[in-house]
Amino acid sequence: MKNVKFLVIGVLFGIILSKSEVVSWYRIYEMFKFQSFHMFGIIGSAVVISMVFMQLFKNGRIKNFKGENIITKEKKKGLIRTVVGGTIFGLGWALAGACPGPMFVLVGHGITAILIVILGATIGAFVYGLLSNKLPN
Amino acid sequence: MDFITQPWAWYVAGPMIAVILLLMNYFGRGFGVSTNLETFCTIGGAGKASDYFKKDWKAQTWSLLFVVGIIVGGYISARYLMTAEAIALNPKTVSELAALGFENAGQSYVPSEIFSTENIFSLKGFAILIGAGFMVGFGSRYAGGCTSGHAITGLSSLQLPSLLAVIGFFAGGLIMTWFLIPLLF
Repeated sequence: MKNVKFLVIGVLFGIILSKSEVVSWYRIYEMFKFQSFHMFGIIGSAVVISMVFMQLFKNGRIKNFKGENIITKEKKKGLIRTVVGGTIFGLGWALAGACPGPMFVLVGHGITAILIVILGATIGAFVYGLLSNKLPN
Repeated sequence: MDFITQPWAWYVAGPMIAVILLLMNYFGRGFGVSTNLETFCTIGGAGKASDYFKKDWKAQTWSLLFVVGIIVGGYISARYLMTAEAIALNPKTVSELAALGFENAGQSYVPSEIFSTENIFSLKGFAILIGAGFMVGFGSRYAGGCTSGHAITGLSSLQLPSLLAVIGFFAGGLIMTWFLIPLLF
């Protein structure tokens, strides 16, 4: 039951992504064509305001619900992993017009074909898992 | 009520996404979606194929519920919170897409040229859907995160790997949009 709050946060996130049209394939296309500020504004302002929160986490002004300091997990390092992995992700993002969050939103919109995209993404994660100790970092 | 049914501007949505990050952290978890793809593999029995997936998926229940919530949020939006209005795309985007064979750009959230149910049953349509998904899934796990984990969480906490990953996201997106989509359609 203590995890139900994450379901509620998810509902809110799904509504935000829908109402701001982030889940629209067309908005992603328009972003990569630099024909609108919309997506850049969303990602940019989310990052800038998150930076303020991160700062408040770091200096202990905002603590978690248990009153402990919030520590952000460090991302795995590696030039090849991030750039090559990121580029492959970007190719898929622009073609599907959806990154993982929006994919699930579109399930809620009743777009049947997105289930095939999610199946592909799961297979992609599976193949990564199989190869993870053979791929360069 | 107007605010609810109108599309939300970037300066409303961006800060609200930051609030999602705040809430997740306040409740002791990170903000990220793509790890769930690995959890799906573990639930599906991928631990038999590779030790990489030998994890206790029940420890990820919170994250799976976050995903369930996202689906429900999408449903609520589509069912109750949307106007029939077209997406206010740049007219140039609409005409360029028309030239590629995408009719009525912006009249719905996703193009029927890719997402119509008939496409699931055509070889090309299916290959595009599953291939796009594969790249998102493989790429995000190799890079160590997707838009929420790298672009929002990683950039805002000033992590170099996330900057590199986001540069990759854009490199891949630009290649697909400018060079590959015109070849595919």
